[in-house]
Amino acid sequence: MMEKSNLEKVLSLGEFAVTAELGPPKGADGQKVKEKARLLKDVADAVNITDCQTAIVRMSSIASAKLIMDEGLEPIVQMTTRDRNRIALQSDLLGAAALGINNILCLTGDHPKFGNHPEAKPVFDLDSIQLSLMLKRMRDDKLFLNGEELHGAPNFFIGAVANPFADPFDYRAVRLAKKIEAGADFIQTQIIYNVEKFFDWMAQVREMGLDKKVHILAGVAPVKSAGMAKYMKKNVPGMDVPDWVIERMEAAGKEGAKEEGIKICVEIIEKVKNIDGVHGVHIMAIEWEDAVGPIAEAAGLLPRPKY
Amino acid sequence: MIVAEAKSLGKIKEMLASHKRVLVSGCNTCMAVCFAGGEKEAAVLAASLRMAFKIDGVDIEIKEMSVQRQCEKEFTEPLKGGAADFDAVLSLGCGAGVNALADMLTDTIVYPGVDTKFIGITESEGVWASRCSACGECILDQTAGICPINRCAKNILHGPCGGSQGGSCEISRDIPCVWQLIIDRMKRLGIMDKLGGIRPLKDWSAGLNPSKVTKDERDK
Amino acid sequence: MRTQYPTNLKVLKVPCSGRVDMVHILSAFEEGADGVVVAGCLEGECHYKDGNIKAKERVVKIKRRLVEIGLEAERLEMYNLSATMAASFVEMASEMTERVKGLGPNPLKDRV
Repeated sequence: MMEKSNLEKVLSLGEFAVTAELGPPKGADGQKVKEKARLLKDVADAVNITDCQTAIVRMSSIASAKLIMDEGLEPIVQMTTRDRNRIALQSDLLGAAALGINNILCLTGDHPKFGNHPEAKPVFDLDSIQLSLMLKRMRDDKLFLNGEELHGAPNFFIGAVANPFADPFDYRAVRLAKKIEAGADFIQTQIIYNVEKFFDWMAQVREMGLDKKVHILAGVAPVKSAGMAKYMKKNVPGMDVPDWVIERMEAAGKEGAKEEGIKICVEIIEKVKNIDGVHGVHIMAIEWEDAVGPIAEAAGLLPRPKY
Repeated sequence: MIVAEAKSLGKIKEMLASHKRVLVSGCNTCMAVCFAGGEKEAAVLAASLRMAFKIDGVDIEIKEMSVQRQCEKEFTEPLKGGAADFDAVLSLGCGAGVNALADMLTDTIVYPGVDTKFIGITESEGVWASRCSACGECILDQTAGICPINRCAKNILHGPCGGSQGGSCEISRDIPCVWQLIIDRMKRLGIMDKLGGIRPLKDWSAGLNPSKVTKDERDK
Repeated sequence: MRTQYPTNLKVLKVPCSGRVDMVHILSAFEEGADGVVVAGCLEGECHYKDGNIKAKERVVKIKRRLVEIGLEAERLEMYNLSATMAASFVEMASEMTERVKGLGPNPLKDRV
């Protein structure tokens, strides 16, 4: 519990980190989690477990995290403030820590309206920044939110997300500064296709000295088809998908789509790797977990360090 | 003001079908302003119900009358006597009005004829929008008079979130991102510094139900 | 010009068709009218600017309410004509009379 997580070790030693993502199943079958975990063994330093992403009910992040730990992988538990109030959040975090989980990614979460239970009452007792602050308080001050002492304090490695492509653009780095002030140790960005815009954002980040205060992992994702690229461009708020991605995917045709998607992903990794202040990549190959290995391999990121 | 929307004729018929004598009671303050349940709406609804039930072959008597405000005893007290003649009252007041009328007319069944939506404003002719969630602890001094508790879908206090795009909320292009609005106004007023720092967690217990406000003994 | 229009038409004068409200029209049907016509000025010639446009929109809404109540939407209609258009007036009256005859009497009329 007091020991540093693998991800924390990798980043603090100055290694370029690799994280991947795993979406839990829409059912109670733990085997499905373990099968996905096996596809990601040894290709990433830690693996995100999503928390009812897009407000669709899936197996809980903490339970899934324990299942992948049984397979020898290190989890990053994603936690949203959409479904739980501060009582449940602190409670779940204590449980996660007791199970040996240290990496926690703080998110506000997609609104229930996007999901499969749109009539649910949204909680949003806190926002993601206040959640980070809460984790920091528990770890560093050994206190609950109400100031009471916390015995057996957890050793969280606190993560947050950043979206270089949302508006207003000139406020995004300022908001990142707040996340760092609130305790973020590492950042995973929204998926990058528009490398130029990401580059501009990183320039703002460096100008504010934020790259020295937090580890930034660039988010990337292989596109499976032209249709998927078009969908993301049109329907996912906060995503910037330039036309060249769609054009290349269309040109690749049905047969060559997957290969082209991986190729584009590897190219983007190679570009962002060289940007000053980027300390790793976060590869999101949702429902295509077996693509992560080939991507990491082609981008020269394997083997992953072992401690 | 409180804004509501009239329930559908079908729903109201369902509620009243088992009764013989019904009084439709309009409310002439907020409900008249948002055209959901004022005197005129009460007249239209009562006529519609009479005609609809007659065509259905259902024997029911429907009368209408309206009061200035259903949430004030001084206006609803006069109804007490006459209410005994009816076996149900359909209140077109907001939820508070329905509750108040039900408390006043203890021997009568009181039904709601409108769906109360929010505390809001008239944005333009025929368009009303919510502005206040009655959270109990106003923070509008920190957000240049624009409320993120009411207008941010996720009640974010350090917005905008990563879904804000082109000034729109991620929920719908038709909904403005309230944090974009806040930042724009703060820029205009030159008070961007108010956005600095981390805000403490909201005390939601300040506005939770049930609650009361009592004027101080000295001020009465 | 001496023309006849059907005797079943009762004319109610209003300063502008825009003055006609849902409550008036429903009232007419509740009292047993088989049909209701709202006759407004030609579009563009309203003495009060756009009262006849408002009336047109209102008639659409009221037709919807009539259907909810269980009456036919065709029992209500909006016509535009000027005061001098006698022939149009007769046409309107005859048209509506024929239409309403086809629909049958108002089911709300008290049977004797």
